[in-house]
Amino acid sequence: MTETAALGAALSAPAREGLLRVENLVVEYAGKGFRAKKFRALTDINISIGHGETLGLVGESGSGKTTLGRAVLGLAPVSGGKVTFEGKDISQATRKQRRVLSRDMQVVFQDPYTSLNPALEIGDILAEPLGVQGMEQAAAKKRVRELLDQVGLPSDAIHRLPREFSGGQRQRVAIARALALSPKLIVCDEPVSALDLSTQARVLDLFLQIQKDTGVSYLFVSHDLDVVRHISHRVAVMYRGEIVEQGPAEIVTRNPDHPYTQRLLLASPVPDPDRQEKRRAERHRLLEEQRQQNEQAAALA
Amino acid sequence: MSESVETSALTPLPGTTGQTGTVVRSTVLKRLFKNPLGILSMIILLTMGLLAAFADVLAPFEENFANISKTLAAPDSVNILGTDSSGRDVWSRLLFGAQLTLLSALLCAAVAIVIGLPAGLIAGYYAGKFEAMSNWVVSILMSLPGLIVLLTVRAAFGPSVWIAMLFLGILLSPSYFRLTRSAVQSVRNELYVDAARVSGLSDLSIITRHIFSVVRAPIIIQTAAIAGVAIAIQSGLEFLGLGDPSKASWGVMLSEGFKNVYLTPSLLFWPAFAMALTIGALVLLGNAIRDALEDQEKIKHRRKKAHEAEDAASASAAKAASKTVAAVEAGTEHHLVKVTNLGVGYPQADGSVKKVVDDVSFHVDRGEILGIVGESGSGKSQTAFSILGLLPDTARIVGGAIQFDGNYTVAPGEDNVSQERLSKLRGKRISYIPQEPMSNLDPAFTIGYQLVTPMVRVLGISKSEATKRAMKLLSDVGIVNPDRTFKAYPHEVSGGMAQRVLIAGAISCEPDLIIADEPTTALDVTVQADVLDLIRDLQRRLGVGVILVTHNFGVVADLCDRVVVMQNGRLVEEGPVRDILREPEERYTQTLLASMLEGKEPMSMLVPSSAKENVL
Repeated sequence: MTETAALGAALSAPAREGLLRVENLVVEYAGKGFRAKKFRALTDINISIGHGETLGLVGESGSGKTTLGRAVLGLAPVSGGKVTFEGKDISQATRKQRRVLSRDMQVVFQDPYTSLNPALEIGDILAEPLGVQGMEQAAAKKRVRELLDQVGLPSDAIHRLPREFSGGQRQRVAIARALALSPKLIVCDEPVSALDLSTQARVLDLFLQIQKDTGVSYLFVSHDLDVVRHISHRVAVMYRGEIVEQGPAEIVTRNPDHPYTQRLLLASPVPDPDRQEKRRAERHRLLEEQRQQNEQAAALA
Repeated sequence: MSESVETSALTPLPGTTGQTGTVVRSTVLKRLFKNPLGILSMIILLTMGLLAAFADVLAPFEENFANISKTLAAPDSVNILGTDSSGRDVWSRLLFGAQLTLLSALLCAAVAIVIGLPAGLIAGYYAGKFEAMSNWVVSILMSLPGLIVLLTVRAAFGPSVWIAMLFLGILLSPSYFRLTRSAVQSVRNELYVDAARVSGLSDLSIITRHIFSVVRAPIIIQTAAIAGVAIAIQSGLEFLGLGDPSKASWGVMLSEGFKNVYLTPSLLFWPAFAMALTIGALVLLGNAIRDALEDQEKIKHRRKKAHEAEDAASASAAKAASKTVAAVEAGTEHHLVKVTNLGVGYPQADGSVKKVVDDVSFHVDRGEILGIVGESGSGKSQTAFSILGLLPDTARIVGGAIQFDGNYTVAPGEDNVSQERLSKLRGKRISYIPQEPMSNLDPAFTIGYQLVTPMVRVLGISKSEATKRAMKLLSDVGIVNPDRTFKAYPHEVSGGMAQRVLIAGAISCEPDLIIADEPTTALDVTVQADVLDLIRDLQRRLGVGVILVTHNFGVVADLCDRVVVMQNGRLVEEGPVRDILREPEERYTQTLLASMLEGKEPMSMLVPSSAKENVL
């Protein structure tokens, strides 16, 4: 607790300015067919992440949380607004600029089964980002060993193929790949959703340990409020392509303001029959309240 | 997540594999060498290739050396296959012909690859304008009548076989283009390609490193086929007399042999034989490679038969008994479902049986909700599927029994779920709610049709009555506008709605038991809460027994009366929900519950460092 408090205190407003800023971001995809209407995936997004900070991004499927992560990485088209990384505008970065940027910004995807090329050995997968940056083979090999050690995999994993590993181990490989260039920011897109409960706990531990050791920042995307509460300093809630609520993790995940976040909080079941019964009742009460408020609002309008 | 992936995660790690090349290819090669047809075709092609390559050394005469005094001679010690109408040595011409025919076929395939492969890679990877444009070109090429183009080419450029094969290569390039493009499209959006992009890899290195490996195998297969086609078409042209008579090739020899078919039929035989052998070998090689890539499906079937024969003797007694199904143990008839010492296994290629469920016993009573909890690969879905009788064909019941409402569905000693007995129960008395609502509705039919048809069949009621009931069911499961949903196609409704529809389907025939396999895992949390409410309400109202398979303790706490915890195919712990969730006795259950994030100090380590050494 003391550690978290210290970290929280260190992250005063100016420190947060530091790393990543997203201002009034809009992402639109071309519609299907000739002169079709564009599909707006993200509307007016504003977030910022400081050094060593974790911003949790929570929302349901289709809310645009993954798209936001992809827009930061340059994998989704930015049609409006600005993404700034360390003061530089990267919203329209070219592939060459991205290559430089990849030293500081990396990704861990949701599905450990498709995020690793099944035909490449683990060693080759991990050496790939190093090779792009022009590291020599011998040095790269040494770094790969370090990485495997860092994520708790045996060093003989170098010559194995992804399919010889379980889901949790593959996710460790993906994390090692993201760490290869000692980045400042890692975008984590639902990195624990495909994992079993006990595996999820170990991988979350790994994320926390790495942050403690290296001071890396995370943009942590998840649909699970419990996961986001556990790992984040601050939390942003997305709903239908917009951020509806943003603030310190404790407040957003325990006493949320926005009706959607309130619904989300009470919808996730707790592992005790009696407390769950209470929570269920609370949820029904909340839904009833919100329904009445909506009716009143509709009546007034 | 599908069970197949889960079991693959379960298998123990094999020792470190060899460090040479990619492992995928070496196993394919090994399987190729195990296939007799593959070896045979490779030997034939290799021999043909060697004969062609060393034609200069092996041939006793020049290809056009004519001995006018010895025409249409029978085989002797000088001309081992005889001579043709101009007194040229058939054996020598056959060898030089092989050189020309094979090389020009290779040229044709090479041209087709050089044009089709890069174009397919670019079109598949970048899509957009290049793809649209190249699709036009491909359509034009494919609509050209090949033979007429080749005849025109001959008229314009002369009878050279090389030029003809060059143009044939261009005409055949669309097949490579289409093959490559569709293979690339299937991996273009894979996450590992995205990860490579984030790493800053250039498009060229992404294509060569990550994408080319996908098209490699299909290209090899396609090339075998294309080379065969090239030989056939080329020889066809030459047979018609359109070849270059100054060069020896199989087609030219065929054409000349045909002129003397009544005098010396063997002149026709040898080139035809060489062609048939080569084209046949190419086709067989293509098939062998395809078989090698498509895993060892054949071995399994053979094993299964052997296994069955082996067991036939011992099982015959049990089978005789199963005609009149044995009565269940007295005093257990009142249980809705009783599973006793159940074991489920999969016979492996090496004759052993891989057990996925081992010695599992539990029961479910009427009006009770039993939760089966476990991590992936724990065998929880396999257990549920064996009650439903929906195990894959390769699965065997290796022990124990299952009884439903006082009758055995799997009697002791039986190694299979009796479909005869279960098909009477499934859909009527036992129903199923799946994990993925969307993939369990047929996109080609309306939701109404998919609800009504089973009711008409199972309950034997009229269509209009079934429609009325379906409407009522849809409103029962909380669908606000049943009429609209009834007429909708599956893609027109959301995931939560689709799950409600499936639940409506599951209760439509008033079952006694509902088996729900992770019914809320694919849904958003808010939707999950609604669906859980729905299942609880229905269960209370209808008084059915429910087996709920899940990995989520929150869902268990919300619904279940009793819980069974499974790990690695074994039953770890069983008991009332409060006991299991509050005071679990087994260490495994404790570890699982300790992994829950609810109520944990944020940013604290979840796994005590002493337990860290355990591999995931």
